[in-house]
Amino acid sequence: MTAAPDRLALEGIVKQFGTFRANDDVNLRIAKGSIHAILGENGAGKSTLMNVIYGLYEQDAGRIISNGQEVRITDPREAMALGIGMVHQHFKQVNTMSVVENVVLGLPGKQILDLDDDRRRVRELAAELGSEIDPDQPMWTLPIGTQQRVEILKMLYRDADLLILDEPTSVLTPTEIRAFFDLLEKLRESGRTILLITHKLDEVMDLADRVTVMRLGRVEAELEIAETNPRELARVMVGRDVVFDVEHTAPKVGDPVLEIEGISAVDNRGIGALDGLSLTVRGGEILGLVGIDGNGQGELAETIAGLRDISKGRISICGQDARGFDPAQRKSALGMGYVPEDRQKVGLDLDSDIAFNMVLRSFRAPPFSRAGWINFRKIRSHAEDLAGRYDVRMQNVSQRVRDLSGGNQQKIILAREIEDDPRLLVVAQPTKGLDVGAIEFVQRTLLAQRDRGTGVLYISSELEELLLVADRLAVIFKGRIVGEMPASEATSEKLGLLMTGKELTT
Amino acid sequence: MSAESQTTDAPRLLAAIRVLYMLKTVWAVIVALLIGAIFILLAGGDPIEGYTALFKGAFLDYWGIGDTLVRMSPLLLAGLAVIIPLRAGLFNIGAEGQIYIGALFATIAALYLPDVLPGFVRIILCMVAGALGGALWAAIPGVLKAYRGTNEIITSLLLSYVAIYLIGAVLHAWLIEPGAPYPYSREIDRELELPIFMPRTQAHIGIMVAWAAAILVGVMLWRTTLGQSIQVVGHNKHASAYAGLSVKRLTVLSFAMGGSMGGLAGTFEVLGLKYRLFDHFSPGYGMQGIIVAFLAALNPIGAIFAAIFLAGLQVGAGSMQRATGIDTTMVAALQGLVVLCVAVGLAFRFHPDRWRRRIAAWRGRG
Repeated sequence: MTAAPDRLALEGIVKQFGTFRANDDVNLRIAKGSIHAILGENGAGKSTLMNVIYGLYEQDAGRIISNGQEVRITDPREAMALGIGMVHQHFKQVNTMSVVENVVLGLPGKQILDLDDDRRRVRELAAELGSEIDPDQPMWTLPIGTQQRVEILKMLYRDADLLILDEPTSVLTPTEIRAFFDLLEKLRESGRTILLITHKLDEVMDLADRVTVMRLGRVEAELEIAETNPRELARVMVGRDVVFDVEHTAPKVGDPVLEIEGISAVDNRGIGALDGLSLTVRGGEILGLVGIDGNGQGELAETIAGLRDISKGRISICGQDARGFDPAQRKSALGMGYVPEDRQKVGLDLDSDIAFNMVLRSFRAPPFSRAGWINFRKIRSHAEDLAGRYDVRMQNVSQRVRDLSGGNQQKIILAREIEDDPRLLVVAQPTKGLDVGAIEFVQRTLLAQRDRGTGVLYISSELEELLLVADRLAVIFKGRIVGEMPASEATSEKLGLLMTGKELTT
Repeated sequence: MSAESQTTDAPRLLAAIRVLYMLKTVWAVIVALLIGAIFILLAGGDPIEGYTALFKGAFLDYWGIGDTLVRMSPLLLAGLAVIIPLRAGLFNIGAEGQIYIGALFATIAALYLPDVLPGFVRIILCMVAGALGGALWAAIPGVLKAYRGTNEIITSLLLSYVAIYLIGAVLHAWLIEPGAPYPYSREIDRELELPIFMPRTQAHIGIMVAWAAAILVGVMLWRTTLGQSIQVVGHNKHASAYAGLSVKRLTVLSFAMGGSMGGLAGTFEVLGLKYRLFDHFSPGYGMQGIIVAFLAALNPIGAIFAAIFLAGLQVGAGSMQRATGIDTTMVAALQGLVVLCVAVGLAFRFHPDRWRRRIAAWRGRG
């Protein structure tokens, strides 16, 4: 590593919330023109630290040094003035406005808005990043990956040379991630500095020059990527050895619990998403559904769950035609658990408390209510019991779910969907956005379910995860199943071919 | 900063500050009254004298209390008409129309129910009819929203005008008292007039029904599966579908329930106060219901106090004018100021951390 000057240095940063120290004596040096990763589990204090740098929080103690000068940053505008720009996990964009309007939004302007110059600069900057963006296209028509580029563009437009990226890949598909990595490398070549917040080990290994590992609000280690390995990083991050392999015994396969025969359905835009798809999941096995995002996985999960109508075909759950059963009845009467892909938008009512979310799909039936009257005492004790068994970290069950970490939110959903012993479990991207420890927990839970005879349909875009956990794999392409095989016979190459719609030549 | 003092005394101080934040509507009202005082001074009046007269006239005088309660009833019910749908995330701006249609249904029931039925049975049937009328009228924007995606703010608001002129038309064509100089209906049967519970005032038992309704709405929202379902829909429509709730059905239902409250308000104006259906009888209770809901932060019990407060302002305005010559329109300005100040108050949120830091800083200095 060259001895480049520090773009930003933090010395002894402390940030306290009540009695809880979210950041405890954090020291950090980020070399100019490097990609520096901050790695840590959810709740390790990464986001708090970034918010301190970006002026959203003010530190209780410690110094921030930007380009060799000690600075005080009390709001994001001051951060921007110092050339520090942040791209949040959830984009700060106005969807109905065009790209260029979003870029200039909030900038001090002239009396009369004339966007011609801005359009030109947006094009130039986009070209510099190696992508083509039409400045007049409305934001909502762009794919997520491009929207993210616009966010970065917005920062560059404001002359930011230090970019903070908060979990940037969590919203991207695997193909978009590749393109995104190229983009980051371009930015580094142009002399800009990147601070990458993530909990994904492989990203850090692929991309970063240096990594700072945080745990429980403290810096555990600062390492050169060239001198470390994923296993070491995982151990530092979690504070113990992480088993990358899960215990996997041979499945005891039983009767079919999910039979899908030739179903078709449309997506939200009314375009065909499922095209005569057939699939069977048996009790006691985990069927992994592999595919490039956007080939109908989400729609398939929703049709099985009863959240989307089918125009053709038939879905049977545990031998019974599922038609006419609403999502809650499919859980209570047909024995189906469903972990939706978007846990915050679909799986939980974030503004209700933990206790209520534990019965979100069953509060209208006994024992949680009788004749329309809710029994809150029952709901509370039920939630306390489940939260204990599924290790939900919380103050008490009356806490709002919005205030919990992603991993704890997912535990609530898992607990709710599994506790009444489903015979079929459909899980969509269950580990998305979770840290290593939580992923391990989710996978163990699913395997335990399989071992007691539940049929699991595991939909994920993480190929390695599926290869690890599933007994059998099915590949989805353009709304159809194009191949099925036992996990033992599957290779990334084979699956890759099928995922892109090519035939296997044997 | 000393960490020990923070951990020992700060919680109590923090709790006190939290309570101060919880009372922010009260502070907003006080600030509004202070700004109003400046206006009164500018107009050449004495604010202390004026407010004293207003307060005495509304809350300390037997007849004043009666008048305040009479006014409170439609305000409270209109407030509930806004609160229930808003808990489901739906804006009912059309309580005014629901009040009119409720009054129409109640009047028709009162005039045409066979008088072999005992009075109290007919009164109950009139209330049912009024509530039903309001519910049906409110169901229209509900259905349009649920099944066609039409913006409920626009439809409910515009339907109010339809309702107001519909009542005018029905009065002209059908219910009008023969020879009346102004469109009003025939008088209802004496037996159907709501009993007065404060002698020599107009305070009718509809007021108590309104209180009971507020409590029932509270119980419904907080204790029943229906109320919880409505609130889940208000929080998150996707999660509602996942929970097996019918968002469409609950949209229509919450609107209809709100409308029934507006319908009751109209019913009591006829049965408790005017004993006839008058053209243009409501001075905008439906719109003021929005203020009530807002002041109460969508809490049905809070709505009782919000409605009493607004009613008191309106009733006390007359006393203020008589005693001090300050014009009653001052109260309209005051209402506006209260809404403004409460809205500003929403921006003040309790941040325990900031306060902890401030307390620490003060300690450090002291």
